[in-house]
Amino acid sequence: MSNNGTALLEIKNISKYFGSVIALQDVSAFVRAGEVTCLLGDNGAGKSTLIKVLSGVHKATEGEYLFNGERQDFDSPREALELGIATVYQDLAMIPLMSVWRNFFLGSEPTKGWGPFKYFDAKFGKETTTSELAKMGIDIRDPEQTVGTLSGGERQSVAIARAVYFGAKVLILDEPTAALGVKQAGVVLKYIVQAKNRGIGVIFITHNPQHAYPVGDHFVILRRGQVFGDFSKEEIPLEQLVQMMAGGADLEALKHELEEASQQGAAEAAGLAETAEAIGSDLPELGETPEEQGES
Amino acid sequence: MVSETQSPPSAEPPEADERVRKVSRLTRLLARPEFGAGLGAVLVWVFFAIIANDNNFASWATFAAIMNRAAPLGILAVAVALLMIGGEFDLSIGSILGFAGMTIMVLVTPSATGGFGWALWPAILAALVLALAIGVFNGTLVVATKLPSFIITLATLFIFRGLTIALARLFTNRTQLGNLDEVSGFALADTLFASEINIFGTSFRVSILWWFGMAAVATWILLRTRQGNWIFGTGGDTNAARNVGVPVNRVKIALFMGTAFAAFLVAVIQAVQFTGADTIRGTGLEFQAIIAVVVGGTLLTGGYGSAIGASFGALIFAMVQQGIIITGVDGDWFQVFVGVVLVIAVIFNNFIRLKAAQR
Repeated sequence: MSNNGTALLEIKNISKYFGSVIALQDVSAFVRAGEVTCLLGDNGAGKSTLIKVLSGVHKATEGEYLFNGERQDFDSPREALELGIATVYQDLAMIPLMSVWRNFFLGSEPTKGWGPFKYFDAKFGKETTTSELAKMGIDIRDPEQTVGTLSGGERQSVAIARAVYFGAKVLILDEPTAALGVKQAGVVLKYIVQAKNRGIGVIFITHNPQHAYPVGDHFVILRRGQVFGDFSKEEIPLEQLVQMMAGGADLEALKHELEEASQQGAAEAAGLAETAEAIGSDLPELGETPEEQGES
Repeated sequence: MVSETQSPPSAEPPEADERVRKVSRLTRLLARPEFGAGLGAVLVWVFFAIIANDNNFASWATFAAIMNRAAPLGILAVAVALLMIGGEFDLSIGSILGFAGMTIMVLVTPSATGGFGWALWPAILAALVLALAIGVFNGTLVVATKLPSFIITLATLFIFRGLTIALARLFTNRTQLGNLDEVSGFALADTLFASEINIFGTSFRVSILWWFGMAAVATWILLRTRQGNWIFGTGGDTNAARNVGVPVNRVKIALFMGTAFAAFLVAVIQAVQFTGADTIRGTGLEFQAIIAVVVGGTLLTGGYGSAIGASFGALIFAMVQQGIIITGVDGDWFQVFVGVVLVIAVIFNNFIRLKAAQR
């Protein structure tokens, strides 16, 4: 699929090997400014490796990495960050014991003063944190509260706001909705759209097509380290995306297996039967998001 | 886009949110890491003031004795607090202390008796450089091997204690060296490190000022500099901190240099004060420092704590020591008593912190 030469970030035929293991093979993808590219894949599809290549943690064994049309060869995530390629990791985004404003500026603290008397400008830090979060529509209670007291969705949102504030041009989001309840996932999706509307190219990595579809402009499906499909939104309806992601045949087989088990099972299999029925009845449209147990 | 983010705060000033309870100043104070230790210090003092009433525990002279006793431990505890907030341990500070002290003494000892006959200040400078180098060695080994610092510094504890004894004996054939007051440059060193200040008829050692200075600088670094934020971040979650661009390896190495510097400083203070050094000086101080830091509210797991709390921890330790001495309890019971008081202090401290965290 061509990008008409306007891609902000593009990878071409990227391969990554770890010894004899082929983690990625000939993967190509791109993101334009003000668009959301979704990288979809089930566990083991190579998502994590791809994130690490994109964010500068790993170097690709083969292939090209282009930013603004220029070839890049990052030695560390710091170099990618300096170009404006910011990555928000799923669980490593924030430090729970530190306050929100200290987290917000960690690594890029504003300073005042001169020489050895340079100090961390706390007033500016607190005010900016509050106002930047408000700008993203994030309603923070008190910048002094520790991140540990925030919900998972709030943490992801603060991390996204931080990346936007520090001038991210490309935002790489590693499963930002994975551990969240339905409502909170919705909140995070809202901030993804906010970031996109501010002209940022967003790479949204997820295994959940239900989350990807509403915000994505195009979709790259990874399977077993290779690109299994690459579609713009007009080209593919949600149902087909879901089918492609999980591999329709596999899912059908699972459904039958579970149904059989539920019929055989007497009292002791009651729990399993319930699960099977829930999954079975949900299968055609795959129902709601599976993770509904998150805190609200 | 950058210019956009620089624009003044948009609209809606953060008005009082209905989810934020009005938190009183008192509750905020309770939530501070040093609060428990501060209160603990008061309670320990009151305890001894009552049971050692006949022995004049609650007196100015006893207070001076406690402060003099607390100062060296306080200097060490402040540096160890920063290191532990940064998520690492240093068990080698006692050995660095012994090494630095003997380095100075071997260098100033006349060549006739196996030394090098240096003047005092060059010897102090050499000890400083060596101590910092040991700090770099500890830190580099920890970040390079990714092994727990507990193990690495346990190894260097033995390495440098052993080196101290072996080298001292190799050069001078002795394990104790004295007569520092006969070395040129001693007068200035004596004023700086071992003089006494008379306040209301009782003498306080100048090392107390070094302790307060260290605590003030450490607190400034922790709360008001970028590097302080990096220390909290590194100890709170090393990977997360690294991901946002904190140079976590440099932070850790710098913190190990900090504890080595504190050990050097105490070595100089003690060498000048006792006009000599001993190869076993500083033995066990690493544990006392860790105890003071933990009593002072710093989490063993890193990411949370304070230098002021560590200072209170050192004060509690000194009060218990002094209290036992002046009540005339058999010295054999000292360690038992210290252990019991410290367990109580830590439990109490934890309890206060949990209470405060619940708000």
